[in-house]
Amino acid sequence: MRLTCPLCGPRDRREFTYLGAEDYLHRPAPDAPRDAPPDALSEAWDSYLHLRDNPAGPTRDLWYHEQGCAAWLLVSRNTITHEITGVELVANRKGGAA
Amino acid sequence: MRIEGKGIIDRTREVKFRFDGRDYSGFRGDTLASALLANGVRLMGRSFKYHRPRGVLSAGSEEPNALVEVLGKTIRTPNTRATMQEIFEGLDTRSQNRIGSLRHDLLAVNDLFSRFLSAGFYYKTFMWPRHFWEGLYEPLIRRAAGLGSLAQVHDEGVYEKAWAHCDLLVIGAGPAGLMAALVAARSGADVILAEEQPILGGRLIGDGGVIGAEPAALWLAGVEAELRAHPNVRIMTRTTVTGAYDNGTYGALERVGLHRSPRPSLPRECFWRIVAGRTVLASGAHERHIAFPMNDRPGIMLASAVRTYLNRFGVAPGKRVTLFAANDQARQTARDLMAAGVQVAAIIDPRQDVSVVEDCPVHSGAEVIDTKGRHALRAITVRKGAEVFDIETDCLAVSGGWNPALHLTCHMNSRPRWSDELAAFVPVADAVPGLEAVGAANGDFSTHAALLGGKAAAGAALLALGHKVAPVALPAAEDAPYTHRAIWAVAGEGRAWLDLANDVTLKDVQQSARENFASVEHMKRYTTQGMAPDQGKNSNVAALAVLADATGRGIAETGTTTFRPPYVPVSIAAMGAGGRGKGFAPERFMTSDQASRDRLAPMIEAGLWYRPAYFPKPGETTWREACDREVLMVRNAVGVCDVSTLGKIDVQGPDAGRFLDLVYANTISTLAPGKVRYGLMLREDGLVMDDGTAARLGQDHYLLTTTTAAAGQVMRHLDFVHQAFCADWKVRVISVTEGFAQFAVAGPKARALIDTMLDAPLGDLPFMGVVQTAIGGVQARLFRISFSGEEGYEIAVPVDYGEALFRDLLARAETMGGGPYGVEALNVLRIEKGFLTHAELDGRASADDLGLGAMVSTKKDCIGRAASRRPGLHGPAREQLVGLKAMAEISAGAHLFRPADAVERVNDQGHVTSVCWSPVLDLWLGLGFLQNGRARYGEKIRLVDHLRGIDVECEVTHPVFFDPDGGRMRG
Repeated sequence: MRLTCPLCGPRDRREFTYLGAEDYLHRPAPDAPRDAPPDALSEAWDSYLHLRDNPAGPTRDLWYHEQGCAAWLLVSRNTITHEITGVELVANRKGGAA
Repeated sequence: MRIEGKGIIDRTREVKFRFDGRDYSGFRGDTLASALLANGVRLMGRSFKYHRPRGVLSAGSEEPNALVEVLGKTIRTPNTRATMQEIFEGLDTRSQNRIGSLRHDLLAVNDLFSRFLSAGFYYKTFMWPRHFWEGLYEPLIRRAAGLGSLAQVHDEGVYEKAWAHCDLLVIGAGPAGLMAALVAARSGADVILAEEQPILGGRLIGDGGVIGAEPAALWLAGVEAELRAHPNVRIMTRTTVTGAYDNGTYGALERVGLHRSPRPSLPRECFWRIVAGRTVLASGAHERHIAFPMNDRPGIMLASAVRTYLNRFGVAPGKRVTLFAANDQARQTARDLMAAGVQVAAIIDPRQDVSVVEDCPVHSGAEVIDTKGRHALRAITVRKGAEVFDIETDCLAVSGGWNPALHLTCHMNSRPRWSDELAAFVPVADAVPGLEAVGAANGDFSTHAALLGGKAAAGAALLALGHKVAPVALPAAEDAPYTHRAIWAVAGEGRAWLDLANDVTLKDVQQSARENFASVEHMKRYTTQGMAPDQGKNSNVAALAVLADATGRGIAETGTTTFRPPYVPVSIAAMGAGGRGKGFAPERFMTSDQASRDRLAPMIEAGLWYRPAYFPKPGETTWREACDREVLMVRNAVGVCDVSTLGKIDVQGPDAGRFLDLVYANTISTLAPGKVRYGLMLREDGLVMDDGTAARLGQDHYLLTTTTAAAGQVMRHLDFVHQAFCADWKVRVISVTEGFAQFAVAGPKARALIDTMLDAPLGDLPFMGVVQTAIGGVQARLFRISFSGEEGYEIAVPVDYGEALFRDLLARAETMGGGPYGVEALNVLRIEKGFLTHAELDGRASADDLGLGAMVSTKKDCIGRAASRRPGLHGPAREQLVGLKAMAEISAGAHLFRPADAVERVNDQGHVTSVCWSPVLDLWLGLGFLQNGRARYGEKIRLVDHLRGIDVECEVTHPVFFDPDGGRMRG
């Protein structure tokens, strides 16, 4: 398996570290403090931390070019055909601010 | 028997070799099989189950019978195909799967009981008593059935792995592959031509013929010379492509040194990963055997193999050869033999109306229904209508038609298509993305079709890759239609083998269908047909046809089993090349490594790092003596320890403080320049990721330390948080772990030692301060931090100066009653102080569990903050960090129980993470997690370790045992 790093070009998968689904990018806003800690998690946070799809087909997930440029990559690929349809820099995607 | 003037072996180079303890000679260019045949040896093996005498069937990697052991100095390589093993001077081989000699195998008794040993016999028979299976039945069966054996010693052979990239990978160097490679070579593409055999040519070698206006051999020589002259062409002979994988990746096994006398520097095999823009599969086809009764005797061979032995090796496999075939192409075997002066006894063709051009008896509408000869074929019985007669013959050349070698096209889930016209499976288009099958591999059996297919496929591939396609003229070649009749089996008395490698007969497959193992995948598993060495090469299609017949379905409907990689056996040693012993993991050495080893310090692994455990002194007999001495040395004088393995991360930029506030639970941005703060990092799920220090070196410049274990994880995490959540902040993060050597100097005399080192007086450096300084003109950073509880400094210099500084520090320390200390003493010192490592930060502990709940700032957001406030991560229901004091030895990993409770899982109160003997307190100390532990100081608790037989009563205490006010480290 190879990923085409936007900065380094096509690279063997051994250079990359896998994190998981794209969902990790969509960190909810901090919950408003409620009565007093400890607080239960809001649904948004619960979902962010724990709920993941297990898609058969197109998926987007996060890879780290650890043995390369240290860029985090958002990889579009197909879990059935193993085709990789796109790789973009996490830092360059739209709406990336905290 | 050699035929003068035939073959392309080098008759000037005689090669001596051994088989079953006897000396033979052959010529350079021979395989073991061809050389044995030339010496009149036809019995080469015993069959898997019935121990039937077997000879060579084929001339390629699909060989099911002639499997031998190649003997090395200490190791032996079993299941080597005699048809693939080239001979070299001193090659020593022996037959396998026998007790006694090959001619008189005691296990041949199995053959007498063959009517009982049919498919499923073991499943049905050895059922009672159940426990006999493992102890008795299985070992016996395994002894009797099987292949070669391993030497049971370590394989000292050298293996390699390698990667290659190309525009066009051409698999197979027959006419189709050569044509494809030629087109790509002239077009300037980067080409790899992989050929399983040691020589190029494919069937052109065994079949000859004419291409253009010249003999095929001359055309071949011309093409090879041109390809070798192209710098953009890599020709890899003795290389079998074994598997097709994602993104144009192919596995390939190169037999680098197996054809020569072993030399230590020469790898035996190399496993390649080849990445190709496009691929042309020109792997040819496998000829089929026919399941007629007693079709397994030595001397019964594939017709194409007979041609190969004659034309490539100059060997006649018999003196009086018979041909049994239902296609016109196989007739060439008879013609070639006769032209070489070998007698052809008869041609037996099941078809009724066949042309007769050969000058020998031709029996049309006839079939072979029996054979005779125990160790070698003597005669065959032929049935022609009502007439039955015997023919004396010592070699029967058989052709049941051809199967395209389409295995690689099925490696990515594609299924082949059944062609009624060819009576064979053929590849479907786009079975593997970027791969096109051509020539015989695609069911195009004529030489003309192969050349045409190779040229067209290479052209299409190059266009797809954006290359211009150079013109290559298509030479004229034989274009005869494939005239054949499908024949799978011949009815008659006696066993008819379908799968010679696994001893599966016609009846086994029919029985499988009767017992309702009628799906092809069930039949395969019930009978073992096509498994192990065969992998569907010889027997697959015939077995499917028989199954289809037995179940009343068509072959297309029956389908085929799944072809999986590898296409030929790949030794584990080749796939794992480089990963043995020290090659398993890289080693990381600190700059002080040699200095520590000079002092005979035993090194222990910390991740990939090697760190000194302790520094033994003369007279010390156990590690504990050295450790205790080193602990007291630090507490009473001064110790030096290399702490370079800690992760060091440099963070710079106007938003650096803001960024650190996001990744640390506590606030870092309020730190004054020149100061250091302890920092706690959470995972987003609220549990503790790591701890360490953050030093503010300047207004926009911080240096973080991480634990040794989590250095990589923290770096990944910081990059993620930065790039995912605040890429627009002005901050940059980089690991400088490898850039600096860092040494801890700790003890009451640490300050005095440091003072002798620095170029300028230190002046006042308060606890948790950092200062830029210099040693011998080298820039250094001096931190006043302590992981020992003593007045401590950590001094960091560029790695190039690390070893010199370490040796200098030790020399100076020793004049002050100090010296080096290792990680054993480091561990005791930190346990006495209740400092944490990843024994405690085990991924399950929350900040509150560790007594650090107050560090999670409520004034700002941070990674993990939301989840850290969950009810389940707080309070008395959790196991909290405590200290344990004991008068007897205790162990990490032990569990804690109330003294009154039974020692049962339901009563478990917690567990122990770290222990040590404290020479300062004269006690055993432990750190651990105990339910509601902070409320239970002073309580007695029972510590039990079943594994080590430890059962000790302890006192629960605060986790800081020594100098709880920290007066010693603050100075």
